Amino acid sequence: MPLLVAEGVTKRFGGLVAVHKLDFSIEPGTIISVIGPNGAGKTTFFNCVAGFYPIDDGRIIFDGQQINGLRPDRIAHLRISRTYQNIRLFANMTALENILVGQHQHLKANWIGAVLRTPGVRREEEQATQEARRLLDFVGLQGKGDALAGKLPYGDQRRLEIARALANQPRLLLLDEPTAGMNPAETANMTDFIRSLRDALGISVLLIEHEMRVVMGISERITVLDYGEKIAEGSPRQIRADPRVIEAYLGRGAASGLSADAAPSADPIDATAAAL
Amino acid sequence: MALYLCLVGIVPVFSERPLIDDVVSLGQAFILLTGLLAGYVAATRAPGDPADRSTPITLAAGIIGGTLTGLAVTVLVLIGAVIDLRAIIQPASPALYDVLTLELGVAGAWVPTAVGGALGALAAASLLVPPLVRRSLAIGLGALVLLGLFAGLLRTPMLGSPLSALGRLLFAPEGLTAVGAVLTVVAVTGVDLLLRVLDVRRRIGDLSQSQRRTALPPVLVFALVVILLLPQGLGPFFAQVVALVALYILMGLGLNITLGLAGLLDLGFVAFFAVGAYTVGLLTSTAEFGIAQWPFWAAIPFAVLIAMLFGAFLGLPILGIRGDYLAIATLGFGEIIRILAGSDLLKPILGGPRGIINIPKPIDVPPDHFLAGAQQIYYISLICAGIIAFVALRLRDSRLGRAWVAIREDEDVAEAMGVNLVHTKLLAYMLGAAFAGLGGAIFAALIGSIFASSIQLFVSINVVALIIVGGMGSIPGVVLGAVFLIGLPELFREFSEYRFLFYGIALILMMRLRPEGLLPSRIVRREMHLPDNVEPHGAPVGSQVAAEAQERA
Repeated sequence: MPLLVAEGVTKRFGGLVAVHKLDFSIEPGTIISVIGPNGAGKTTFFNCVAGFYPIDDGRIIFDGQQINGLRPDRIAHLRISRTYQNIRLFANMTALENILVGQHQHLKANWIGAVLRTPGVRREEEQATQEARRLLDFVGLQGKGDALAGKLPYGDQRRLEIARALANQPRLLLLDEPTAGMNPAETANMTDFIRSLRDALGISVLLIEHEMRVVMGISERITVLDYGEKIAEGSPRQIRADPRVIEAYLGRGAASGLSADAAPSADPIDATAAAL
Repeated sequence: MALYLCLVGIVPVFSERPLIDDVVSLGQAFILLTGLLAGYVAATRAPGDPADRSTPITLAAGIIGGTLTGLAVTVLVLIGAVIDLRAIIQPASPALYDVLTLELGVAGAWVPTAVGGALGALAAASLLVPPLVRRSLAIGLGALVLLGLFAGLLRTPMLGSPLSALGRLLFAPEGLTAVGAVLTVVAVTGVDLLLRVLDVRRRIGDLSQSQRRTALPPVLVFALVVILLLPQGLGPFFAQVVALVALYILMGLGLNITLGLAGLLDLGFVAFFAVGAYTVGLLTSTAEFGIAQWPFWAAIPFAVLIAMLFGAFLGLPILGIRGDYLAIATLGFGEIIRILAGSDLLKPILGGPRGIINIPKPIDVPPDHFLAGAQQIYYISLICAGIIAFVALRLRDSRLGRAWVAIREDEDVAEAMGVNLVHTKLLAYMLGAAFAGLGGAIFAALIGSIFASSIQLFVSINVVALIIVGGMGSIPGVVLGAVFLIGLPELFREFSEYRFLFYGIALILMMRLRPEGLLPSRIVRREMHLPDNVEPHGAPVGSQVAAEAQERA
């Protein structure tokens, strides 16, 4: 049974249809990418899954349970975590505290317990802190737990955001352009890291990404959006060859032009990526 | 500026209060201060490089600055002699001119100009002495003003003690004696100079950790003794003032949870204050509107509980409102409660403007007992404030405190991390309301009655302002803020007309000079003053990232 199923999801902003009748599914333990030109509705779709936007039509089902219409915190309780395209850390909290907030739903202390600092609460806090340090190590931020999140270098902030999302022990992780603003070495590093999330932790990953090398390298399946519509879906190999995809990225006629001019071994998507 | 001070009417009012007995009044001190300032500013801005500017030029600049300031006052006196300015500007009365001309009338019109020139010269001359001495002198003068202001307060207890002779020497019934003034300036300047020459601060900094630790307990014990003895022996008025300050400390700490941690700006704090006060009034009063005549201690838990319920009740409809809009909405609630309390509708229950009287004191002691009157309220408020500070500290370092801060930082992301916004915000609201209710309950016992007119918007504003002035999220900051914003205005009751003027000046100065507050919490200071070493979000790959990648490769 798929982990996440979207059926005919539609989201409108006034007269603009941002996502139109999107069907979509994710099998457990896979990495799925959503790509498309700017304004194609990728992030809007993310926000619908995470409960930020109410959807106008269709259903979203996670693990057999309908989740559209639930509040974001209820969806988080089902262990869906996300990161943001423009990093949204709690800038004035330390890195460690950011991760502790991510563990929120797994901690039980109520306010009376917190004031009295009962042995149970104390033990829970110790375990939570230990777990947070482990996550810091896991994403490569050893020893930076006491730094303010907003003062960390850019790459560290991206990593910390993922660590915070992991603190919720997610079954599905939504990553919104995790390599944005990174250089090639950083990007390669992040690609390996995302793969390890799936391989080592068994987390399903839904990825929005512009960097074609990343997308083609790690995705089991790719969905291409344009103007809110799904225009293609398939394995990286299928997507590479799909003329509609190239058209969406480079404009009408580009696909035929490319295939005519380019040598047979040349890869239109690489050309597309270069053009981007 | 001197003109402004005269015409606003501060000078005559403050002239009632002598700073140095029979020599200088507080009103005159204000004018003198403007002369000094003008001289100082003119001298520092005189042409040429400050380092090698010649003595005559500096002096001349100072004299010109001071004289011009004085001249403005002289012109005022001369005009005032010809035309009666009172029709236009009410405070321009003969009394004002008397103060300005040392009671010489028009013949003394030259006095302000001359004095201004002299002050300007003095200020300029102070630039010529080493900065070390100048700073000590300024501190000496500051001490003079402070002691002059509090002279009456300090004299009373000193006369009753072994220090009676010293008290008589230094202090007149109001203000310092001339001898006292000279002694104060000399002593304070001398001691400060000595400390600076010996560089005591650096030496304390050089002390090792263990040495400092051994020094800490005596200092703490001393502070504790001072705090405990504060309301004793200073008379009932002073006891009332410190009790009020302690009460506001308590409420400031309460609001600090709502505002400082969760970032919910609640301008309707007075609503819960009113709920607590009226609950205690109704439950304990032995007069007309009392319904139970319980002892204070039985009524307190109810007051807190009911205030908390009100917090939930008023909190629910406004949970979805953010930021500035929340402030306005809560402001509205405060006003609703205030108007309801004084309305005819609730008059049969709450007594309307006549209020509820005969609220007994929490501890029943004879009038000359050390816990009598406001003293016991002071101690009760302090103990409650201590409890609240403890609760706030414990909560801050818990799952809940982190959720509050996360909401303050980014509400949407906090919700996406699984934080239930409704529960979490409501709890912050209810705790704040509970502490406001506690404050109101103690206030009712302090005054012994509760009237609709005690429920004022100004209570809410005070609590927010003292947190901001003191430093958000900081417990010592709340204490200091309460002393400044509640204690000082109470001590200078006779100038209450100008209370808001000084309040406004203080707030503007604070925001300009120290936006983080007088005693900010460590974190806030960190936020406001650390150099920003991070590139803006979305910037191209930074050098740090690249360097790291190279390291790893």
